[in-house]
Amino acid sequence: MAGETVLALRGVSKRFGAVQALTDIELEVHRGEVVALVGDNGAGKSTLVKAIAGVHQPDEGVIEWQGKAVSIHRPQDAQQLGIATVYQDLALCDNLDVVGNLFLGREIRRFTILDEVAMEKRSRQLLDTLSIRIPSVRIPVASLSGGQRQVVAIARALIGSPKVVMLDEPTAALGVEQTAQVLDLVERLREQDHGVILISHNMADVMAVADTVAVLRLGRNNGVFDKRYTNQEEIISAITGATDNAVTRRKARGQEDSQ
Amino acid sequence: MSENNPGGAPGGGSGGEPERRHGPLPEDSMPLGGVNAPVPVAPEATPAVDPRLIVRQEGIKGYLGEFRRRMSSGELGSLPVVLALIVIWAVFGSLNSSFLSAQNLSNLSQQIVGTGMIAIGVVFVLLLGEIDLSVGSVSGLCAAIFAVLNVTNGVNQWLALITAIVGGAVVGAIHGIFFAKVGVPAFVVTLAGNLGWNGLMLQVLGTNGTVNLSGKDIVSRLYSTIYGQQIAGYGVAAIGVLLFLFASLIDARRRQVAGVPSRPLADIVLRTVLLAIVAFLAAYTLNQYKGLPLALLIFLIFIVVLDFVLRRTAYGRQVFALGGNIEGARRAGINVSWIRISVFTICSTMAAVGGLFLAAQIQSASQTSGGGNLLMNAIAAAVIGGTSLFGGRGKTWSALLGALVIASIQSGMNIEGLSNAIQFMITGAVLLAAVVVDSLARRTQKAAGRA
Repeated sequence: MAGETVLALRGVSKRFGAVQALTDIELEVHRGEVVALVGDNGAGKSTLVKAIAGVHQPDEGVIEWQGKAVSIHRPQDAQQLGIATVYQDLALCDNLDVVGNLFLGREIRRFTILDEVAMEKRSRQLLDTLSIRIPSVRIPVASLSGGQRQVVAIARALIGSPKVVMLDEPTAALGVEQTAQVLDLVERLREQDHGVILISHNMADVMAVADTVAVLRLGRNNGVFDKRYTNQEEIISAITGATDNAVTRRKARGQEDSQ
Repeated sequence: MSENNPGGAPGGGSGGEPERRHGPLPEDSMPLGGVNAPVPVAPEATPAVDPRLIVRQEGIKGYLGEFRRRMSSGELGSLPVVLALIVIWAVFGSLNSSFLSAQNLSNLSQQIVGTGMIAIGVVFVLLLGEIDLSVGSVSGLCAAIFAVLNVTNGVNQWLALITAIVGGAVVGAIHGIFFAKVGVPAFVVTLAGNLGWNGLMLQVLGTNGTVNLSGKDIVSRLYSTIYGQQIAGYGVAAIGVLLFLFASLIDARRRQVAGVPSRPLADIVLRTVLLAIVAFLAAYTLNQYKGLPLALLIFLIFIVVLDFVLRRTAYGRQVFALGGNIEGARRAGINVSWIRISVFTICSTMAAVGGLFLAAQIQSASQTSGGGNLLMNAIAAAVIGGTSLFGGRGKTWSALLGALVIASIQSGMNIEGLSNAIQFMITGAVLLAAVVVDSLARRTQKAAGRA
């Protein structure tokens, strides 16, 4: 199902002062694959995303892009390679309309003048292919609901036709229907052959859309699981780093009771 | 933000039956997980158009509906200031008929130029959500530079003009660098600038204190030239209206070809007619007196060009983006420091231009240039004209409307023979009213999901 390797991290480490945030991280993302990145708070998920997105530079290790080692110094470098990031706080401009937000920073121009018509046309096409429903592409983002803002933010990431899309907690603030919308969208990204890195705390979301689940614990790899051959408990025990956790304890207790 | 109903129209629910809300979902639906409260799920298949969308009706009825919706959701635009202007003109016109005479209105159109030019620059800074408190001093400084170079030192008038304007740009760049690169709040940088540049102006003027312009130099001529031919005023009005009409038609045509929604023809005609009425009425009034003042023409050209820059170029879009969400703008790859420095440069450059017009108005650069209530008037003009103090909303046209309101009040009260004391109090009240309108509009916009 998954195609060639697009993005690979080899032994990436990152220190912040006295804190070793990431140690020897290995990660591979293929075309048409959804990799869920899970881990407890402070496991290093966000640091890893920022390292890939060019916000932080790794101290050691190599980031490989389509088989070649690359250095990503700035967020623009990552964008130019074809890595798009949707941050948790979305970073949309409330006062601009949907088209303005989608094309912010890479406006289509004709002789240095904004080509609003072309941008509006492409916005509509993009939103249609993603089956995104919003009232109008010409209303300010301020008047959209949380889920609509999230899908606009994801759509914005796709404007530059990236190969890898990183979603940082895309469903954290959403209701059920909106979460479903976003998860549908993630699946559509996979169908369109994008590599997706999905960060989530929500195991149900992860199990619903991920192909591969990469677990981080205390800044280290703690297992990469193929979704087809794993279950939620196995992943949770990898996240918490203990076979002795609430789930297994309850199960054990249940077995004791039944005896 | 859980507002799903953009316009706040009644009965715009998403169609979920209440009893389904808490019931179990079908097997094949997405796993619920532990997130958040349940939201009604639309059971029917996805329609092509969002059913919650409020579709504007065609024709006059659609116009009225759209208008009412915008008003109730706090998108007031220029409406409050236009209403205020009508009220002010009606009141002063009824008190004294000479207020609405062609002579007084023509003089007004010239007097607003200095303050208005400065206010255009203030609009740029306000769009970032920042403030520039130095525009008064900078305008005085640049007027002094021109006067001293041209009159005292006999430098070529064009060179002196360019030096004064470049001086303004340099001052703005200094403000911008301290704000954007060093991180000093704009309020403090420009407050320090207000004092410092005023001091430099006194230094430049020297012991004499006042430099009178010759009256034949380029700046005086830019201010005092009036095109007396009837054709000048009407011609400019016609050109403006035709340009607007052509731009609207071409835009509508391109949109139709591209298959995106376009303005209906009736809409374009209506707007053009409204613009034509205002433009030709103004031209008629000016022609009743001496004719079209060059200063007003330059002011309008500045407004139109900078309005174009703000609304139709990537640079303008980036300025608005910065006013909306700095972090978002930064992540979108916008060079935040550069935009900030350039905006402060534009602001001080416009202050320099305004200062030159003000110097031409009183035919001198003196120690009081750029002082008094000029700073407050320029900022008030931008805010009264409808540019938000909170950043991200505004247009250059607010400089014209706001300056017109302030100048009208002052002129009207001068005609009535009211003292400065009363004038200050009333201008202050109008400024407060403008900010109150801005704040209330913003609150309503938030409630209606538009801010």
